[in-house]
Amino acid sequence: MKIAVCIKRVPVQEGRFTIAPSGTALDEAGLKYDVNDFDLWAVEAALQLKEKTGQGEVSVVSLGPDAVQEQIRKALSMGADRGIHLQTVQRSSDSFVIARALASELAAGGYDLILFGRVAVDAANGATGAMVAELLGLPCVTAVSRLEIGSGRGQARRELEGAQEMMEFPLPAVLTIDEGLNKERLPSLKGIMAAKKKPLEIKPVTLIESRVLVRRLELPPERAAGRIIGEGASAVPELVRLLQTEAKVL
Amino acid sequence: MPTVLVFAEVREGAVRKVALEAVTAARTLADAAGGGEVHAALVGAAGVGSGAQALGDHGADVVIVLEHPAFARYNPEATTAFVAERLRAGSYRAGIFTSSAQGRDLAARVAGRLAVPVVTDVTSVMFDGDDVAVTHPIDTGKVIATLAIRGTPALVAIRPGAVVPAVRARSPRIEQAQPVGDPGATRVVTTELKVGTSAKLDLGEAPVIVSGGRGLKSAENFRLVEELAEAFGNAAIGATRAVTDDGWRPHSEQIGQTGRLVSPDLYVAVGISGAIQHLAGMRTSRTIVAINKDKDAPIFKIADYGIVGDVFEVLPALTAAVRAARTTS
Repeated sequence: MKIAVCIKRVPVQEGRFTIAPSGTALDEAGLKYDVNDFDLWAVEAALQLKEKTGQGEVSVVSLGPDAVQEQIRKALSMGADRGIHLQTVQRSSDSFVIARALASELAAGGYDLILFGRVAVDAANGATGAMVAELLGLPCVTAVSRLEIGSGRGQARRELEGAQEMMEFPLPAVLTIDEGLNKERLPSLKGIMAAKKKPLEIKPVTLIESRVLVRRLELPPERAAGRIIGEGASAVPELVRLLQTEAKVL
Repeated sequence: MPTVLVFAEVREGAVRKVALEAVTAARTLADAAGGGEVHAALVGAAGVGSGAQALGDHGADVVIVLEHPAFARYNPEATTAFVAERLRAGSYRAGIFTSSAQGRDLAARVAGRLAVPVVTDVTSVMFDGDDVAVTHPIDTGKVIATLAIRGTPALVAIRPGAVVPAVRARSPRIEQAQPVGDPGATRVVTTELKVGTSAKLDLGEAPVIVSGGRGLKSAENFRLVEELAEAFGNAAIGATRAVTDDGWRPHSEQIGQTGRLVSPDLYVAVGISGAIQHLAGMRTSRTIVAINKDKDAPIFKIADYGIVGDVFEVLPALTAAVRAARTTS
């Protein structure tokens, strides 16, 4: 089975974010980067499928500046077989632009499965995977939290609000992976050493024109500082009074 | 004047509240541009058309009803074909979707089919000259982006709860529509919809969320959280990632960076220390209550009302007090 996993380099979300003087970009000083969480679960899903069938190849694809090679190497150290860096310093907030560039690369790959994370935690749009499926004319299931792949077909469970859907689909297919499908493995020292020798192909790409433009970025209003109203069960009457009279939610 | 198409999301044959929110957003958008028409697409099995009036009540001028057995459950490919064809054939300025799991799925497919962008998880939408401008939280809600969408149709998906459904009643014209292609011959098939067994409200729609963390010490003790949620009567149950990772609660209840992002009127955090990943999912709640035994827990920094104490002592007292308050008010 040939599997491609598309991964994104994203800022680690624990840090504080500040807006650059332009007002339309983040101040990148001090930001740390890692592979998007959901994409790690997609990599893990691919590795498990390969291990289960005992054969196949897992390719990791990432688009961006040279720094994304760091994230590709991480996936290779987890056990992916080869990396493809779609190299560009251009950026876009338009998912379709990214989907077009990825689809152009993936079209000729002969992949049985193309996996994405459900959403990138930075851009929070979650559209690229399904768009790539449309561009390639492939079946697609998004937000997959359980997965079975058998002879040329798959079954997936997807997460809705307060419900789940069970879906069936033929291969080749595009899937986006939600939390809950697996826990990603940590790269072993051996894996890290091996990753250095794995092939990483660099392919320069040019993005089409974006039709989504950043007008401005702002920090959300700060919450008022918290307040402790009391200790133990004796504080409950005061809490209920405040919920009724001040917050008016009861 | 711009015409706006809304996809009215349905579950088990009934129009969802998020669909009314999306229609409200579409109505506001059309009115702001001088009062264009709002068309709502209502897709399902026989009988789904009975939801048309609710869409009219919220401002739909036209309800396009597509009834076919192949739409009894979500049919992503046939729905994409239908909605994309409508958007292509009608001269729609914008297409509005819900940013639910289903709405996001559909919006991205339709955008891909039409080769246009889409912005999901949108908290407001307006015209801005020739563009459609939207606000869209990024980086787990720590930054709010204002984005301009160029071109037609501009596709957006509205975050559940971001718009309050408003009644702008009219008697909608009903248009019966036919599917595009054979909707029974799709590659992807939904074989089953499993709706949560209990009558609990969904996290995206509930005005109150009672959420539990490791401080509850065991899965069984979530009974106390459930009892408080029942006392409120309009509450859903949430959990931290630590709790769902341990299997105490299903992953679908996880609130945080990689789980659900919620902003209810009231969020009650029980035995939750307030890890940054959890705060990312609930910090926009209108009122936050925290109960935790550690007075230095980070959750107290953002809680409007904090009680320092043993959850096993405070929670039953709070449940009784809420129950009493609701029966007397």
